[in-house]
Amino acid sequence: MFNHFLLSLLIWLPVVGAIPVLLAGSARPNLARWTALLMAVLTFAVSLVLLMQFNADSPLKQFTEDYQWISALNVHYGLAVDGISVALILLTSFVGILVIIGAWDVIQDKPHQYMAAMLVLEGLMIGVFCATDALLFYAFFEAMLIPMFILIGVWGGPRRVYATLKFFIYTFLGSIFMLIGLIYLYNKAGGSFDLNTLAGLRLSMKEQSWLFFAFLFAFAVKVPMVPVHTWLPDAHVEAPTGGSVVLAAVMLKIGGYGFLRFSLPIVPDASEAYAWLVIGLSLLAVVYIGYIALVQEDMKKLVAYSSVAHMGFVTLGIFIAFMLVRSDNNLDAAKLGMQGAMVQMISHGFISGAMFSCIGVLYDRLHSRQIKDYGGVINVMPWFGFFYLFFAMANSGLPGTSGFVGEFMVILASFSANPWIALFAAFTLIIGAAYTLWMVKRVMWGEITNPHVAEMKDINGREAFVLIAFAAAVLVLGVWPQPLIHLMDASVTQLVQQLGNHKI
Amino acid sequence: MELSTSILLTIALAPLVGCVLAGFLGRFLGRAGSHSATILGVAISCGLSFYVLYQLTTGAATNYNHNLYTWFEIGKFSASVGFLIDRLTAMMMVVVTFVSLLVHIYTIGYMKDDPGYQRFFSYISLFTFSMLMLVMSNNFMQLFFGWEAVGLVSYLLIGFWYKKPTAIYANLKAFVVNRVGDFGFLLGIAAVLFFLNTLDYATAFHNADTLIGKTLHITSTVQWDAATVIGILLFIGAMGKSAQVPLHVWLPDSMEGPTPISALIHAATMVTAGIFMVARMSPIFELSEGALSFVMVIGATGALFTGLIGIVQNDIKRVVAYSTLSQLGYMTVALGASAYAGAVFHLMTHAFFKALLFLGAGSVIIAMHHEQDMRYMGGLRKYMPITWITMWIGSLALCGVPFFAGFYSKDAIIEAVGESHRWGAGYAYFCVLAGAFVTATYTFRQMYLTFHGKERFKVVEQHGHGHHDEHHDDEHHEPGVLHHAPKESPWVVTLPLILLAIPSLLIGYFAIQPMLYGDWFGGSIQVHEINNVLGKLGEEFHGSLAMALHGFGQPPFWLVAAAFAITTYIYLFNPSVADKIKSALKPLWTMLDRKYWIDDVYYAVFAKGGVMLGRALWKGGDAAVIDGALVDGSANLVQRIASGVRRLQSGYLYHYAFAMILGLILLLGGYWLVGQ
Repeated sequence: MFNHFLLSLLIWLPVVGAIPVLLAGSARPNLARWTALLMAVLTFAVSLVLLMQFNADSPLKQFTEDYQWISALNVHYGLAVDGISVALILLTSFVGILVIIGAWDVIQDKPHQYMAAMLVLEGLMIGVFCATDALLFYAFFEAMLIPMFILIGVWGGPRRVYATLKFFIYTFLGSIFMLIGLIYLYNKAGGSFDLNTLAGLRLSMKEQSWLFFAFLFAFAVKVPMVPVHTWLPDAHVEAPTGGSVVLAAVMLKIGGYGFLRFSLPIVPDASEAYAWLVIGLSLLAVVYIGYIALVQEDMKKLVAYSSVAHMGFVTLGIFIAFMLVRSDNNLDAAKLGMQGAMVQMISHGFISGAMFSCIGVLYDRLHSRQIKDYGGVINVMPWFGFFYLFFAMANSGLPGTSGFVGEFMVILASFSANPWIALFAAFTLIIGAAYTLWMVKRVMWGEITNPHVAEMKDINGREAFVLIAFAAAVLVLGVWPQPLIHLMDASVTQLVQQLGNHKI
Repeated sequence: MELSTSILLTIALAPLVGCVLAGFLGRFLGRAGSHSATILGVAISCGLSFYVLYQLTTGAATNYNHNLYTWFEIGKFSASVGFLIDRLTAMMMVVVTFVSLLVHIYTIGYMKDDPGYQRFFSYISLFTFSMLMLVMSNNFMQLFFGWEAVGLVSYLLIGFWYKKPTAIYANLKAFVVNRVGDFGFLLGIAAVLFFLNTLDYATAFHNADTLIGKTLHITSTVQWDAATVIGILLFIGAMGKSAQVPLHVWLPDSMEGPTPISALIHAATMVTAGIFMVARMSPIFELSEGALSFVMVIGATGALFTGLIGIVQNDIKRVVAYSTLSQLGYMTVALGASAYAGAVFHLMTHAFFKALLFLGAGSVIIAMHHEQDMRYMGGLRKYMPITWITMWIGSLALCGVPFFAGFYSKDAIIEAVGESHRWGAGYAYFCVLAGAFVTATYTFRQMYLTFHGKERFKVVEQHGHGHHDEHHDDEHHEPGVLHHAPKESPWVVTLPLILLAIPSLLIGYFAIQPMLYGDWFGGSIQVHEINNVLGKLGEEFHGSLAMALHGFGQPPFWLVAAAFAITTYIYLFNPSVADKIKSALKPLWTMLDRKYWIDDVYYAVFAKGGVMLGRALWKGGDAAVIDGALVDGSANLVQRIASGVRRLQSGYLYHYAFAMILGLILLLGGYWLVGQ
């Protein structure tokens, strides 16, 4: 019935919904909170409708909307989704509710503006996952920096100015190159930003290489990949809990998503030629970042670095597919790797979101993120300890949690491409366990040494709700990933088949 | 008729239900409610496991191999959750649930004063579920799930007393060292998928022969045999879980956990998962002489050299722990000699007598008010006769004295290695034979120090001290001083000891013929005819009685007898000899006491070295190069250029006028030059 504007509804419901939240004003913070929650829940409900209406057996883009937007430039307001987008939209709207609840009475300063920024951010991120017009994609891609900039800049920690600037300039610099690339493609295509049209263009190797690096720079910053990852630890450390959760859970995924939508279909030959580079950087993320995560003293930095390492599996899974399709013509193994990358994106969304929520719970009590200030927390917060350990185990890739699924599939697929790649990737088993559980040891176990820890209260109902929701998602996805895989299967299959098409 | 799915599901899930009840509703159910719920769950599992074993043994039911649900399906690859139940699995299920049930009951006594009572029951039930998922699996994915899940529970239980610094160090170490093994294991699974295109056992084993002649390209010129690569990688997993040299370092430290779990997890069941796994993968291992030689040499090294460490231990649990390492080595040697059934047979007998020894040690520890140092024991036999007798049964079984269960399984292994002509078999034979002497030495030493000789503890009655030093982490506890005389443990503790003593005594006598020399395992274990050492032994087998009588005249028994004579002399008649030997062989003693310095090297290289490397990369790479030079560096550069350029915007009119004139001259001059 309303399928022809379902995606618009998903995007604009939270954005427009932010207006009444703002209007509630700081005088009526509870009204603002409840309105924001209502909007987030409605958005999630609409995304569930999307899931139910979506035909997972078809690789075609669905729920297409297409309107002329800027007619002088032939820019369209074009929206459509495939299985991958649907999965990411669900992740976004799911996390959207939890950050509102998570911030409930934690944010006392201008809560209405905080909630409004979150809602706007949510809508814009959903927009990124729906856009089929490159310029529209770019607009959402850039616009979402603004609410995030505000979230860190207003509600952030003491070094928030440095962190926001670093975050903004890093990402902005990256996306400038993408814009140049898009303009080149626009001219080449005779004046169109339609992604399908761009994917159909024939491009020489030289053109593809330039474009590849333009895209790579934009998305590598976002993922983030080594060596353009250093904005992330700073941004996380300074961001309020909700900002960190959204940043880790959803925003980083946009980098991986960008590779799928731009690099792979538009410049496949260059992507193949430089797959070694991306794979190398991904493995560097696992090993090099793993060691750096080991020695972090700030919990948020540790989890931020661990995010970089885990996102390495996303880029590895995507680009390993090239080696498998083009050198070995092993389509099924390529699909395995690509699916692994997608599952890893969703799973990392849950796990990193949960980890940052956990750190937020601790921070709200002790106002410190330093590992050395804790120790023996389990003595006073047993329920919290349960969740903390559960998510830590998920972060170390324990089977039965979602953290295992994607990494398992990517490692299996990379072994088919080259056993050495699998060897380095599988190193995460050791180093991931080492840095995560060493943190658990120093924070959770042992005698209480800091008297302030002894005064900490266990989680309240609101915090428990957030952690239970994340835990349920991590567990269900870990025990039974097939529904998610089925949702994305047709789209991934089509994507992998396209990898075989040369464009020169 | 096939086994019923609902029975199998009940076996696997009943302990999980118990775990959830005790774990989440423990406060609600109370202590008795929690232990009743978990014991009921495990008892159901155990009863049904016996029923399944009975059905399979009598032929009333056939093997079961079905998927329950699809975990993932991508193209031709898929992974499922499902069960493969044949006699090998059924035997493991019975061992796991039986020992687990007894440990559950025992825990009522052992943990009765512990504040974490419900949590403990929840964990051991979770362990039982995980271990069942591991052994009942019909595919590599679920195997890995169970493999890591038992690792998780092991982590939780070693660190059960989470305030104790040594415990939380030991559990981190155990998990990470196990992950080193799992790293190889996962790559092995990836190799199976790559070469055989499946994660399903039945399909993989059916197609195993296609591995012959296949190679893996390691570099452009080097190629390795596929079966060898798969075998060694999978075995690296077993080296972690089954604590084989050089990944054995976590197991002795795991003794920081409460004694019931040392018995259940770190002796009887979890650590034997690697043995079970290799036996299960026999169709693949049989294809590679190289992998089997590797297995044999690693196992033999562990069997002898970790046993030697046991001789110098003073902690009653650590003796048993090193004994476990050594016995796991025996099982591994058997695998390497293609005597898979021998390994599994020893796994079974060892599960009974080693659980018995651990639970007996626990009973002693209760009596000694959580004192574990044998130097403060002695003469306990008159205080706790049931523990004393049952532990002697376990000890004689461990030493391999004829008629005891351990004799049949261990002697079969030694003989099988003697028959093997595989590379490394000579070394392995030496190790397992010498190991028999070592085993007897540390076992008798332990028994004498604990139960015999003079009492080396004092009983100082104390009053007005209602609830006192029963607790493990009691700091102000003077060694060797007890506040009341040791006494026999309650029936919940002694009953499991008695129930374990029975199979420790008898199971070998009755089970050896069908399990080793009959066709009891059927197709579960596949051995190529040329490697079939057990088949050769079977030709000379004339019944359990004859084997035992023959055993009295064989070298392993003489070695045990020699060890018995020596230790009896030293520890019963002339204790000063022990100290003399110790000072005479000081360097050797130091080497054993330092555990060959392996832990120290690992700590320095991997733990400290890892942290140092991390710091160097962080400060050198991220902070100095990327952020310092590039990110902030470029920002600084921009700022410097900008502040330079800013001087041009001075605001003085004559500066601007001068610049305009200069510009005009250059422009006109340029035109003029071009015009020329």
